[in-house]
Amino acid sequence: MSDAEEAITRAHHEEWARVVATLTRRFGDLDIAEEAAGEAFAIAVERWPADGVPPNPGGWLTTTANRKAIDRLRRETKRDDRHKEAQMLYDDNPPEPLGAIDDDRLRLIFTCCHPALAMETRVALTLRMVGGLTVPEIARAFLVQETAMSQRITRAKAKIKAARIPYRVPSAEDLPGRVSGVLAVLFLVFNEGYLATGPDTDPVRHELTAEAIRLTRLIRALVPGNGEVAGLLALMLLTEARRPARVSATGELVTLGEQDRGAWDAAMIAEGHRLVRERLAAGVAPGRYQILAAINAVHTFAHDVRDTDWSQIVALYNQLVRLDSSAIVALNRAIAVAELDGAEVALAAVDRLEDRLAGYHAYHATRADLLRRLGRSQDSRTAYDKAIELAGNTAETAHLTRRRDQLA
Amino acid sequence: MRYLVSVIDDKSNPGSTDRQPAISVFNERLIAEGYWVFAGGLADTDAATVIDNRGEQAILTDGPFIESKEYLAGVWVWEAPDLDMALKLATEASKVCDRKIEVRPFQ
Repeated sequence: MSDAEEAITRAHHEEWARVVATLTRRFGDLDIAEEAAGEAFAIAVERWPADGVPPNPGGWLTTTANRKAIDRLRRETKRDDRHKEAQMLYDDNPPEPLGAIDDDRLRLIFTCCHPALAMETRVALTLRMVGGLTVPEIARAFLVQETAMSQRITRAKAKIKAARIPYRVPSAEDLPGRVSGVLAVLFLVFNEGYLATGPDTDPVRHELTAEAIRLTRLIRALVPGNGEVAGLLALMLLTEARRPARVSATGELVTLGEQDRGAWDAAMIAEGHRLVRERLAAGVAPGRYQILAAINAVHTFAHDVRDTDWSQIVALYNQLVRLDSSAIVALNRAIAVAELDGAEVALAAVDRLEDRLAGYHAYHATRADLLRRLGRSQDSRTAYDKAIELAGNTAETAHLTRRRDQLA
Repeated sequence: MRYLVSVIDDKSNPGSTDRQPAISVFNERLIAEGYWVFAGGLADTDAATVIDNRGEQAILTDGPFIESKEYLAGVWVWEAPDLDMALKLATEASKVCDRKIEVRPFQ
């Protein structure tokens, strides 16, 4: 990669959200901001290799995008409302100081994750506007036709404009709820990357997990005091750290107990552990992501699966169950209980979840594993069959199939 | 920004019928705080008539334009600075009316 190409890639990562956010505030229109930002980067691709990288790439991109937006408004103003935009046309101020621009990125995130938008729309809009992914990239990531994804984003922008979804950071009383809405979007992006669904999809979509981590870091930089943001970042890091060991050379999922722990990313684990310790030291009752991060910290603390402190993990799950009574949490708790109290106790707990989880592959996979450990091969085989039928991830299907075929 | 705020009732699971005093108090507050533009409860959907005069002659149909379990029981028009404010008020309105609320901006 040439220096200019590298600079453009870096600027795209570091500056895209800033450029879109600044222009959205200035022009009050996401569509104009998105288009102008796209044009500015296209011009950079053309110019920087020949003219050299400007000393302040972010400033250069913002100024260029500003000009493009004004050009577009001039063209449109000629067609329709001449007076309305007239003031804006000649307001060619230099970019705002840094503090205000950082605020704009927060505004942009809260607008894209507004609760009046459907969850899948929030995800798409956040990846496009804040993450700078292209529409084809987002469409591919979620296995949706490009035209459908493009329509989803266009409709969302139109709703934001028509319903006047505000471009601002929510008030202090609404902030915790709205931040948790943003985190839910980022966690969904991460999970889709971590356990990608679809028969022809790579089992792990690194571009999505990486993007989710990058955006969570951004939120953390913008609202540093929020424990759940730190918790989610730690959770993502401690999960992503295991990625190199998670899929075998033959494309099969490797369970936590069987992973080569030497292949884990030590730097990510160290950062995740640091964040978990920071939250423990804060002495504030932890939320869901912080507890999940702590569970993953216990797992990654053990250099050998036999050193895992299962009683600590079960205790954390007990804490989590009090916050989140979902059947999936209960299922994960049961998996830890199996290590502490044995497969029989765990199986009884898992069987109680049948009503709620009968359509979920992990329920059957967990049962299959527990039944196998109890020597009930026939029942185990039936459960593996069901799990394979329901699993959507190629590596997971391969793992379950091997386990089933190993049964006596 | 003006919003049409629709109160939606459900024929198979109607909201409680004792809400009028609470709605009146809420309306007074909407007026005092400057959000109120218009409000009105609607008669039963059986009382509706649909007229279609796009063809050669007007055709009258007895009943609402769409038969459904859920129906429009009343409307407000609010003036609010943005959707967040409209949604905040609508959250209260849903409690006050004991019914679902749809918020839709005017063009």
